[in-house]
Order: sequence, then C-alpha cells, then structure tokens
Amino acid sequence: MGAATETFYSVIRRQGITRRSFHKFCSLTATSLGLGPLAASRIANALETKPRVPVIWMHGLECTCCSESFIRSAHPLVKDAVLSMISLDYDDTIMAAAGHQAEAILEETRAKHKGQYILAVEGNPPLNEGGMFCIDGGKPFVEKLKMMAEDAMAIIAWGACASWGCVQAAKPNPTQATPIDKVITGKPIIKVPGCPPIAEVMTGVVTFITTFGKLPELDRQGRPKMFYSQRIHDKCYRRPHFDAGQFVEEWDDEAARKGYCLYKMGCKGPTTYNACSTVRWNGGVSFPIQSGHGCIGCSEDGFWDKGSFYDRLTNIKQFGIEKNADQIGMVAAGAVGAAVAAHAAVTAVKRLASKREDADHNS
Amino acid sequence: MMDAIAPGSDGRPDLSAIAADAAGERAVGRPTVYVYEAPVRICHWVNAFSILVLMVTGYFIASPLPTVAGEASDHFVMGYIRFAHFAAGQVLAVFFLTRILWAFVGNHHSRQIFYIPVHRGQFWKEVLHEIRWYAFLEREPKMYVGHNPLAQTAMFTGFTLFVAFMIVTGFALYSEGMGIDSWQHKLFGWVFAIWPNSQDVHTWHHLGMWALVMFVLVHIYAAIREDIMSRQSIISSMVSGERQFRD
Repeated sequence: MGAATETFYSVIRRQGITRRSFHKFCSLTATSLGLGPLAASRIANALETKPRVPVIWMHGLECTCCSESFIRSAHPLVKDAVLSMISLDYDDTIMAAAGHQAEAILEETRAKHKGQYILAVEGNPPLNEGGMFCIDGGKPFVEKLKMMAEDAMAIIAWGACASWGCVQAAKPNPTQATPIDKVITGKPIIKVPGCPPIAEVMTGVVTFITTFGKLPELDRQGRPKMFYSQRIHDKCYRRPHFDAGQFVEEWDDEAARKGYCLYKMGCKGPTTYNACSTVRWNGGVSFPIQSGHGCIGCSEDGFWDKGSFYDRLTNIKQFGIEKNADQIGMVAAGAVGAAVAAHAAVTAVKRLASKREDADHNS
Repeated sequence: MMDAIAPGSDGRPDLSAIAADAAGERAVGRPTVYVYEAPVRICHWVNAFSILVLMVTGYFIASPLPTVAGEASDHFVMGYIRFAHFAAGQVLAVFFLTRILWAFVGNHHSRQIFYIPVHRGQFWKEVLHEIRWYAFLEREPKMYVGHNPLAQTAMFTGFTLFVAFMIVTGFALYSEGMGIDSWQHKLFGWVFAIWPNSQDVHTWHHLGMWALVMFVLVHIYAAIREDIMSRQSIISSMVSGERQFRD
C-alpha cells in the first residue's frame, strides 16, 4: 500500500540498482564532495532510513487543469517526481485504489506520518450551505480538508483556485468558494497560483521541498520567490517594443504580425507575477504572449473580476454601468470644471450687480 | 514694507507720510503680513510642476501614444515618458517630505495644511461662514492671514491626503519594477496586502490622478476668485510670501 514508509534506498533498489552499486555511489559522492572516510556510510544510512516525503493530493472545486499541467512536467519528468522523489500516497484522480480502500489511506497517512506529510490541495472548498456543494467520499470537502490539514507539515495550494479562489469564487460566488489560506490557519501554506500553474514550477516546488527538506522562501503573498518574484512584463521578450512605444493597436494589424507589445490590447503582463516569460510552457515551447495573445493574469487574485481581458484600463463595476478610471475621472473633473465655471459666472454677475448698486448708492 | 510706514493712531499706515508723484497721484500703503516662508513657496511651485508632469505622463502611461514606426532599437518613447513620471514622482516625494519637515520648524502657517482642528467649534462655524460665502449667502468675506478654514479643510484632504496616497501607491507600483528586494518594496510593499492584485493598485492610482485634477481646478479657481473678491492678495503671496490686505 502507498502509505507504507518507503525510503530512497528502497526506490533505488526497486529501479534495478544493486546494493553494491548503491554503496559505490555513496562512496563516490562522499569522495567527490571531499568528505571524511565516515561520510560514505552516513550517506548510505540517510538514504536507507530517511523516508520519502509522503504527499496527499486532494481535489476540491476545480477543473483538474493543475493535475493536467503537472503530469506534463519535463524538468524533472513527472514520473521521477511521483515515483522517486515523493511518495504520492493519495491522489483520487490518478490513484489505483478507490472507495473505502482509498479513504483508508488518508487515515493511515494521518496516523503514521503525523506532522510529516505534505498536503497538496487542488481546488478549494465551497463553504455555503455547510459545504455541501462539494461532497467527497460522502463528506463535505471542507471537513476532509480541515481533517487532513490538522496533521500536515505544510500545505501546497495548487493553482488559482486554491490560492485565490479563481472562477468558482468569481462574483457572485454562489457556493462561497474560498481559497485555502482563508479556511486553514496555523499551517505554512505555499501558494502556487496559475490557471494552471506551469508544470515545471509545480515539480520545481516539490523537488525543492524533498531535496532540502524545507519549504522554499515565500513572498508577501505566500508564493515561492524563485518563481513568482517577477512580473511577466519584466522578462517579456516583447518588452523592447513596449519601451520603444510600439504597440498592437488592433488584432491582426501590421504591428500584431510584427510581434509588437500587446499592452494596448489589455495584456496583464505588467500586473502578473509568474514565470511564463522565462520558463514558458510545454517544455519551453511557447507562452501566451509568444503566440500573439496578451496575458490574462491567471495567476493573480480575482482575475475573473477585473473586467475584460482585452481592456488596458480596468472596468469599475461599482458605478453600475461599467466605466474605467478615465471615463469616471473625466466626468467628475468635467462636472467640477462646469461647477467652477458656473460659480465664476454667478460671481461675476453678482459683482457687477453690487457695483451698480454701490454706484447708484453713491450718486 | 510696513516698516517704512509709520502707523497712524488707528493702527493703520499713515498715508500722509507717503510722497505724491509728479501728477499728484498718491502712493498707497497697504498692511502686509509675511505668511509663506521661502521653503513653503519653493515646495509649492516644485510640487505644482511635478504634479503637472505626473498627470500628463501618467495619462500617457495608461493610454500610450500611437505606435511609432521603425525598429524598436531606434525609439524609447514609453521609456522616456515613464522616466519622466518616475523622476517627477521622486521629486514630488522629496519635496513633500521637505514640506512636512518644514511644518516642524516653520511658522504656524506652514502647519495649516497638515491638520484640521476638528475639536474646535469656532473652526467649524467659520467653515460654515466660508461655505455661505461661496454659496453667495454672505456679502462680505472674512479675512485670514493664512488659509481660511474651508481652504484649510480642502488643502488637508484634497492635497495632503491625496498626494500622500499617490506617493504611497506610486512607490508601491514602482517597486514592482525594482524587484522585491528593493527598498521601495520593503517600504511600500504592504500596499499589496490591501490589494493583492496590482491591477487594482493601478486603478486606484489612476482615480487618484483624477481626484487631483479636480483639486487643481478648484484650487486655482479659488485662488483667482479670492484674489479678486476677498480684497487680499492670494496668487502673488505664493511668489513673494507676503499677504497684502487691500482695505
């Protein structure tokens, strides 16, 4: 069963490597690192006894695009991540076990690896109507999530759903879908936003945790700094066109064919933190801007509720009819200007009138 | 100026002491008070110019000029516009800070735009009087050496608070380009705790610009109007520092 403690050594043996070769590897590693004569046995001991990090992967309200992305990772290959680096004990979408057998793994992991396992959550729990909009194994997902979070070492919030809420939390959010960090408190939460996140970013986060045995450094929003500290705009290969003032003015114009900046077409690159413009997608083949479409800001908070993907200035819905900052500002400034002009006119008339009065009075 | 004229028995300048010109036209001496010290005036005009540059360049950052033809390496239009915006923003920040520091060492007029004496009933009574004056319900304006109470309220909210908001959100947005290790991000990154998506910060910063446009309209109108109507100098006071009372 998946929840049985498995060490790196047993994985290495399973992949057909002899114990003899394993010890050679440990000696060679110790020698090449310039460590003392005892180091080889210490390395061997660590690999033989250190369990692989158990991972429980749960699914709430989501579309499985995170899983779809994850299984396409090229560096490292997802098979290496799932079969060698971590011990993916539970993932209801891709696991062989089902029903009571699958549910038993959750209990087993919780008991056996208390405070040791990583809880990876794809999607988020809806809280409305007692959480009944997402039932998992006969229980509201939110209850299951809270139960598994209690004894987890850390939580990975996969994707925009778990990190921010995404489409199911877009206005008016009828199911009250809520991001993980608003439901679970008191546990370290790593947000890996994106819809979906980049495959290599996902496996990169997993690799970091298993290799170093600690969580990666996070930014203010709880995202790993190594992937989310810069905007798409900062590393965009079309950035020189932005600085030059060369923009696509409408779809399929000459500028679009020349690959100019998509800023005026509403590209959200300048407000979106992600690694798309450096890591790219599908093994580094391309990313949205490279294929001629602006960034829609899928790794940002509430990106469904920030107006059209194709507007530069955000629509402000609070004004009933959707208007952007310029339209509202111009109307307001126009009104103030008109009021000033009217006030000036009344002042002038009053002044003339009072002068005439004074003149009449004096004469 | 006032020193040159010996005051008469009623405390007003003794005009008979002033010589008449060849045509017999008499010079008129007017009571003058030194209100705006040099640092206040310098800050005023530097800030005014910075805000003008910031408004124009800020508008063109949000709605860029039409595309320029040719190679990208031949142009730097957005680059220059953004540079002007960032430079003017930092000048504004420095002089706004200087202005705050001056409030501690300057005369009591220099402190006026940084607070509203909300606890004083008399203040609000006079605000009401000023509102009535602007609503054409009072025939005579009151005279103040510094800002009138309504002007003080408007300066505090329309200028001090709005500009502070623009500086804070502006530096937060600037920190996005400077990176999360920059001092800008360390000092102003908390803005993104309020609005996690910086698209919202852009929108608020943009609305702030329009709020300042409205402030500028009212500010300039009121200055011109009061210069004419309130029988005291307003505009030239911000050049010379002296407020002259004309009757």
